[in-house]
Amino acid sequence: MTPSSEYNFAYLDEQTKRMIRRAILKGLAIPGYQVPFASREMPMPYGWGTGGVQVSAAVLTPDDRFKVIDQGADDTTNAVSIRTFFERTAGVATTTATPVATVIQTRHRIPEEPLTEGQVLVYQVPIPEPLRFLEPRESETRKMHSLEEYGLMHVKLYEDISRHGHIATSYAYPVKVEARYVMDPSPIPKFDNPKLGDCPAIQLFGAGREQRIYALPPYTQVVSLDFEDHPFEASKADHPCGLCGADDSYLDEVIVDDTGGRMFVCSDTDYCEGRQAAGHRGKDLGGKDAA
Amino acid sequence: MTPLISVKDITKSYGAHIGCADVSFDLYPGEVMGIVGESGSGKSTLLNCMAGHLRPDAGSVVFDTRGHGPRDTVTMSEPERRMLSRTDWAFVHQHARDGLRMGVSAGGNVGERLMAVGARHYGDIRDKAVDWLERVEIDAGRVDDRPTTFSGGMQQRLQIARNLVTGPRLVFMDEPTGGLDVSVQARLLDLLRGLVRDMGLSAIIVTHDLAVVRLLANRLMVMKDGQVVENGLTDQVLDDPQHAYTQLLVSSVLQV
Repeated sequence: MTPSSEYNFAYLDEQTKRMIRRAILKGLAIPGYQVPFASREMPMPYGWGTGGVQVSAAVLTPDDRFKVIDQGADDTTNAVSIRTFFERTAGVATTTATPVATVIQTRHRIPEEPLTEGQVLVYQVPIPEPLRFLEPRESETRKMHSLEEYGLMHVKLYEDISRHGHIATSYAYPVKVEARYVMDPSPIPKFDNPKLGDCPAIQLFGAGREQRIYALPPYTQVVSLDFEDHPFEASKADHPCGLCGADDSYLDEVIVDDTGGRMFVCSDTDYCEGRQAAGHRGKDLGGKDAA
Repeated sequence: MTPLISVKDITKSYGAHIGCADVSFDLYPGEVMGIVGESGSGKSTLLNCMAGHLRPDAGSVVFDTRGHGPRDTVTMSEPERRMLSRTDWAFVHQHARDGLRMGVSAGGNVGERLMAVGARHYGDIRDKAVDWLERVEIDAGRVDDRPTTFSGGMQQRLQIARNLVTGPRLVFMDEPTGGLDVSVQARLLDLLRGLVRDMGLSAIIVTHDLAVVRLLANRLMVMKDGQVVENGLTDQVLDDPQHAYTQLLVSSVLQV
């Protein structure tokens, strides 16, 4: 599709992109630190990825190959409309294949396929402040970040254990970056947390409504918070994928009838399709990898 | 002996209005000092200046820190001051709601200070929380209940447990028994007296209730209009008040 001439490349004007890039550079220089930026109105509602879209717009170049995933899937409403948005306003090539994409905008997942150097992963972030639900005052949370007062974060985990017997936080699991800033990794499942650290790709986080950008440069140390006697555990549904038989990927539970029937499938559609193309079959396709 | 806290010429005004003026005193380890006076006499302003919640316009508050000896807390950096308020200091608010996290269980409330100073072992934190709940006479079975389900007296005792769990050396109390009925007040006072004695705590108690200071405080300071009008040993001040205002205060107490 050719880009519409009514828009500047990638929708935003150059001054805005410059402002966002400055915020991104600052974020990369101070991993995990939330950089305020002048978030713009985007032609989509808050909560649909306005932050991620602005970050993507600022980092896209005409040579990029763009991929959008929503909960791991390339074909959901949010993913399709954002992909079309950039096809139309930037004219960049798009793809669904993780290894060939150079910029990947994601909502709530990290692709199963390991990322490589040169790739940029852009997260959509609803609430960037990990301390928000414990401490409602922004002035106070900023002070807590600047003074490294993170005891409160463990109070949240303590509450989890006292109520559920284990750390029940299963997404947006707080992490500590380079032994300094506590960061909300956006609502990715905690299964994905180990992929945040030591990642060859650049990871950028954009929160449009909250007007914050933060970032993880490549090969950053990221540690999930835990207790000595309740260590962090990356959890997933204890099943293999019903379609491709993978037992190492994060699964969605799909209700298939009204008699309690359900199947578990990879949330990363590209990964699942890739495995099926390579001949793997899960039990719901009657395949040889059936467990 | 070095005073635990040495207050010199603390002055704080709100515009043209004086909060407190030229207050000086020394408090030695193990001493409990009461500050009494009517509403608006500057008691709470003084307490907040000492505890680092307000910045005084003039004067110094020298605290004998564990690591570095006497330090002026007014001029020390904010991280250091906040560290002090998590470790060596405790602050008991009049309203337990100001001092507790109402959305967090009793155990979490007590454990917060431990986690803030680096405790990362759930089992240990919980054992300590249970231990402290028992010390302030809260049933250990309620460790996972939120303070919203507690009575006023229990909330106040929980607040005390939460403050004392890191073994502070100085406790600031702002009307600790305010808003509680008399029998609950009596239990709380009894508890406080026991804790202060067992732990060798020093405390500064702001109150307008003379019974509280009679029971708890070794020394007493009477404030009026931001000034200290009389100070001395508690019994001496209460039994033989010299200043006209102190005389009025003592004679205003209802006898039943």
